[in-house]
Amino acid sequence: MNDSPILELRGVSKAFGAVQALYEVDFHVAAGEVMALVGDNGAGKSTLIKCIAGIYSSDSGEILYNGEPVSIHGPKDAAKLGIEVVYQDLALADNLDVVQNMFLGREETTSLRRLDEVDMERRAKETLQTLSVTTIRSVRQTVAGLSGGQRQSVAVAKAVMWNSKVVILDEPTAALGVAQTRQVLDLVRRLGEQGLAVVLVSHNLHDVFEVSDSVTVLRLGQNVAEFKTKETNQTEVVEAITAGKLSKIPGQPAAEVVV
Amino acid sequence: MSTQPAPIETSDATPATAVPGDETIGEYARRWWAGLRAGELGSLPIVVGLVIIAIVFQSQNNQFLTAGNFVNLIVQMAAITTIAMGIVFILLLGEIDLSVGYVSGVAGVIAALLLIPDGNQVPTLVGIGAALVAGAAIGVLHGLIITKVGVPSFVVTLAGLLGWNGVVLLLIGNRGTVIIQNNTVIGFANDFLSPATAWIMLAAALALYAGVLLLARRARAKAGLPAQPDLLLALRVVGLGVVGAIVVYVANQDRGIPYVFLVLMGAYIVWTYVLNRTRFGRHVYAVGGNAEAARRAGISVDQVRIACFAICSFMAALGGIILASRLRSVDTNAGGGSILLYSIAAAVIGGTSLFGGRGHIKSAVLGALVIASIDNGLGLLGLSSGTKFVVTGLVLLAAVTIDSLSRRRQERAGRA
Ligand SMILES: Nc1ncnc2c1ncn2[C@@H]1O[C@H](COP(=O)(O)OP(=O)(O)OP(=O)(O)O)[C@@H](O)[C@H]1O
Ligand SMILES: [Mg+2]
Repeated sequence: MNDSPILELRGVSKAFGAVQALYEVDFHVAAGEVMALVGDNGAGKSTLIKCIAGIYSSDSGEILYNGEPVSIHGPKDAAKLGIEVVYQDLALADNLDVVQNMFLGREETTSLRRLDEVDMERRAKETLQTLSVTTIRSVRQTVAGLSGGQRQSVAVAKAVMWNSKVVILDEPTAALGVAQTRQVLDLVRRLGEQGLAVVLVSHNLHDVFEVSDSVTVLRLGQNVAEFKTKETNQTEVVEAITAGKLSKIPGQPAAEVVV
Repeated sequence: MSTQPAPIETSDATPATAVPGDETIGEYARRWWAGLRAGELGSLPIVVGLVIIAIVFQSQNNQFLTAGNFVNLIVQMAAITTIAMGIVFILLLGEIDLSVGYVSGVAGVIAALLLIPDGNQVPTLVGIGAALVAGAAIGVLHGLIITKVGVPSFVVTLAGLLGWNGVVLLLIGNRGTVIIQNNTVIGFANDFLSPATAWIMLAAALALYAGVLLLARRARAKAGLPAQPDLLLALRVVGLGVVGAIVVYVANQDRGIPYVFLVLMGAYIVWTYVLNRTRFGRHVYAVGGNAEAARRAGISVDQVRIACFAICSFMAALGGIILASRLRSVDTNAGGGSILLYSIAAAVIGGTSLFGGRGHIKSAVLGALVIASIDNGLGLLGLSSGTKFVVTGLVLLAAVTIDSLSRRRQERAGRA
């Protein structure tokens, strides 16, 4: 594992009107590292991810990629850097089939602006195969007919097939059963082993301890703790999630802030 | 490949990568049948509906299934079909366009006025082109207001319904009626291909279709992907050939294939290609299916929306010119009457979902054929507009009911 981070955030803040979703958050992940991002509901995990992906623009702070400051204004910018996100709500179009979803927004074409369906189908199958996704019978069925785990696999495959360097997964196992959770966790670990930087958002500390190398804890939009997974335990992480020390009392009614 | 059961179950552990070889025709038929039983009805209900319509009207009036009436039907359905093709783009987005009727009227009036032979007339192509460009520009205007200002398409195009009706009245002024004297424009709906030309064009179309199917098949085989059985490809080409031959033969018994039929075929091929084979078409389906997913995939959702409204109004303008050609005149009522509702109903009866993401250009043609047949048949029986509207309304209701029932069935089978 390389210790210098491939992706680093410094002092990133983001407010939605009166709600300070993120306050001066520092965050980093290195190539080959699985970084878990944990925190209670509303802690700002999804917001942080969307700032990295360019869905939201942060109010202040900077993002560094390979040590260079970068500005990410939309999903295309993030993709160009090799950053791919699997969202909590997956963002698949139910009326499109597996291949069409995996290539959405990046369709291959031949002459006459004609879609290269053959090549896309071949590459989609290859990617699913390298990820050992074996439960999807036909890549030409619409994703509406897939199970939760299969949809998740499609979303992950969609993210990793672009030579990506950083893959961010927002609660990839939240809706899954035991066997399917297993599959996705194996997938996450394999991504790390293949040298990708992986950010895993999860509420399930058991999962986190199983696959991650490091843990970052968010609380009320602030980075309150950071651990090496091997050097910590669940109790310590839970404590940080529920009562980690805030550097700033957010501008919210005092009752909501438990110091 | 060994006999594999129809892929209804997705939980089965057959890998996506392990479908070797090609399907046989028997397997293909079985898969189609399984899909049908799971509620994937495709165009079947509407084809059955057309057969029933033909039988009922023919039994009431033996003028219905005659060559002369067949040619009339083509001319009568042309304008609705054209406008409905544009509506398909809007419905695919999950939006609506209520202005297409009077936008078609505006275009018809513009073409008619520019081509009045009063010494100031413009060349024919310029007149038609100006009307079409005006249509596209109106669509861009609608699209800009909808996307950039954020007014719902229902409201914007409702305003358009009123506004463009007003523009028709203003343009016509106190002329009342403008008789069209331009032979090219009149020719669209009132001139016919010679029998030989019609046969040659059919042969060319079939050769093109077979070529496209074969090339696609070869590309798949080369990439090691399973392809459709040869027999099925042959059946498809022969099927189209038989239908095409019947159309040409019957039409040639009377006046022949009207020129407007070529316009319809051209539009059908172009827009089907755009929707099914281009990146833009894929993005239209994506925006209609899940706009947020499309946005996160880096698709410019606003541009897709604006383009669809432009296409819709452009096709409405084309429909308006066809209508003007058929009537040989435009008046203060241009674009009014049943045009708007018939066009939207045609797209929906043909199977395009009102909720976005599902539908084809084919829907517009099949739906318009149903509506025009009912209109034509009831007209032959001497029944009033009142009856026509009631019957068309019931057919629309039946089509939507079949669609939602089959959708429910698909959901139960995990296919929706
Ligand atoms: N688009 C938005 N508009 C307004 N407020 C928002 C928006 N998105 C998030 N927020 C607010 O920002 C805060 C952080 O939300 P976020 O979704 O990032 O939490 P999270 O850590 O992902 O929670 P969960 O574990 O429930 O997914 C919440 O208070 C939320 O209400
Ligand atoms: Mg979240």
